[in-house]
Amino acid sequence: MNLVDTLFTRLRAEGRKAFMPFLTAGDPDVGTTARLFSQVAAAGADLIELGFPFSDPIADGPVIQASYTRALNNGFKIANLFAAIRSVTSLPNFTTPIVGMVSYSLIHRRGAEAFVSTAKDSGLSGLIVPDLVADEADHFAALCRKSDMKLILLVTPTTTPERAAKIVKLCSGFVYCVSVVGITGERDKLPAELTQQLARLRTMSDLPLCVGFGVSRPEHVRHLKDIADGVIVGSALIKKLEQGGTQAVIDSVRELSAALR
Amino acid sequence: MPTVLTQTVPDARGRFGPYGGRYVPETLMFAIEQLTDAYESAKHDPAFQAEFTRLLNEYVGRPSRLYFAERLTKEAGGARIFLKREDLNHTGAHKINNAIGQALLTKRMGKKRIIAETGAGQHGVASATAAALLGYPCCVYMGSEDVRRQELNVFKMRAMGTEVIPVESGSKTLRDAVNEAMREWMATVETTHYIIGSVIGPHPFPMMVRDFQAVIGEETKQQSLEQIGRLPDVVVACVGGGSNAAGMFYPFVNDKSVELVGVEAGGRNNKYGEHAATISQGKPGVLHGTFSYVLQDDDGQTAPVHSISAGLDYPGVGPEHSYWKDQGRVRYTSVNDAESLEGFRVCCRMEGIIPALETAHGIVETMRIAAARKKTDVVVLCFSGRGDKDCAEVARLVQG
Ligand SMILES: Cc1ncc(COP(=O)(O)O)c(C=O)c1O
Repeated sequence: MNLVDTLFTRLRAEGRKAFMPFLTAGDPDVGTTARLFSQVAAAGADLIELGFPFSDPIADGPVIQASYTRALNNGFKIANLFAAIRSVTSLPNFTTPIVGMVSYSLIHRRGAEAFVSTAKDSGLSGLIVPDLVADEADHFAALCRKSDMKLILLVTPTTTPERAAKIVKLCSGFVYCVSVVGITGERDKLPAELTQQLARLRTMSDLPLCVGFGVSRPEHVRHLKDIADGVIVGSALIKKLEQGGTQAVIDSVRELSAALR
Repeated sequence: MPTVLTQTVPDARGRFGPYGGRYVPETLMFAIEQLTDAYESAKHDPAFQAEFTRLLNEYVGRPSRLYFAERLTKEAGGARIFLKREDLNHTGAHKINNAIGQALLTKRMGKKRIIAETGAGQHGVASATAAALLGYPCCVYMGSEDVRRQELNVFKMRAMGTEVIPVESGSKTLRDAVNEAMREWMATVETTHYIIGSVIGPHPFPMMVRDFQAVIGEETKQQSLEQIGRLPDVVVACVGGGSNAAGMFYPFVNDKSVELVGVEAGGRNNKYGEHAATISQGKPGVLHGTFSYVLQDDDGQTAPVHSISAGLDYPGVGPEHSYWKDQGRVRYTSVNDAESLEGFRVCCRMEGIIPALETAHGIVETMRIAAARKKTDVVVLCFSGRGDKDCAEVARLVQG
């Protein structure tokens, strides 16, 4: 069984919600990222979303883009990352699913089929491709399905109900619900319409609904606990890493995940 | 009204053969579908087309002249050289054709604000101009390196009430300005239209920008018939993102007797990172929402690029050019920095016309082609813009 399914089946049975930190691969280097996998898992991460640095990330805000630039300037290479992921996911007691967030450019260069199979071999459980919309995703979704690789698609506040219906049909693992119009990054408040958006999605799909973009504070997490199945925190953690190193990230994961319990 | 469309690409999904499509975040799909519908209806609305044509004629000063460059012809020593004078348009380049078209669409969609990216600053100035003309607030994203290289255009944009936002990320040039403008568009998509400056980006932009620029090729065709009694033998244009070339080539695509030549920026040399010759040296990949030739490394990270000309300094190219390349319909070649400076000099001296550095790349290739052809042949260059914006930079390079 795919680790993402195992996770959400277990959490549903326990009546719990998933805490899902976003980490930038290779920021500041791949070794640090690999060590963080086990550290954040121990601190309360249920699933790890792993951003693959890309030179031209249009969906990401300044904090994540800067982390990508740091990683690329430090010589980030995808092959090294896959090896590092493998070194952690192959540990017998490591069962936290890792999902890669990868721009389509990177997938295409390697070849979609080769990318999915290498990702699978490395132990990744799913992929989020932020610039592959449902309209273009049929072929890639089929490849993922064949390899039992989850393909997580995004639904945003500007997504029409017709589009949402098509998206959730193609999506697997969980649905990534973007809370705000715009790019990743911290926000003071989450928009009120989010509750209705999630309610509408519930009528369309049984997949877990996880909310990301703009989530940064314990009060956001507490608010989402009752309406979502998981929360994704990205820019806030990247900033912690930049300012306080890995310990600051671990502390923050502990604090934010506690707000879900 | 545009004349009969000579090609059936792109298909409904925005594909030119395998190229094009939409590789964008879901957040943008709402605006992109809205834009597609708005453009589809505008394209077939005689009132919209009439207003577009009226502004092109009365405001931009179209049709632009097809001019016989006699001394350049002598200098090259072969075929007759004609220049399609887009430099004589209001704001000094072809970019205004597209900016006016998209500003009219902004009005049609009921959006309240315009944003744009710019490299050389020509598209920024064109967008600022169209925004001022139609009364919209406007924000232009420009790489900080280009802000430095194109001081005059920055001043012009600001004078017309546009806010110029220097982009400090990445290589600080056109590609980073596109990233930043796309991001800003994602955050303000409900109220803002993004006037993309070339035939790049997700569908419908490559098709729409081509259509707005196709007036160049349509006029050239008609003027050739009137002035020389037949179609030209060769048509040349420089290729950055590819909009002046697409607008020039598109109406000629089905005229098999006309050879089409695109000229890319050869930069300092043909090593990785030292040029911007995307089609000549790149591979198919994804950048800025479209699948097309792109300069990248083995991981799919976009390559750094260099050109003396800010408007050609771009690692991608419009998807229709990739299609034409693979079909063998257009030949793509490149001209380097030093050669283009020489083209700039020759054009100034021989014709009394100061060309944009982008255009100077086309001049060099045009003279080469003319030199190799017989005297009765005709080569037309899309003279995409004038060089006022480049004078300070050329002076610095020539002295330094
Ligand atoms: C005068 C001129 N020519 C050509 C270009 C290149 O753009 P495109 O290839 O879209 O025509 C530019 C871009 O700024 C320009 O200003």
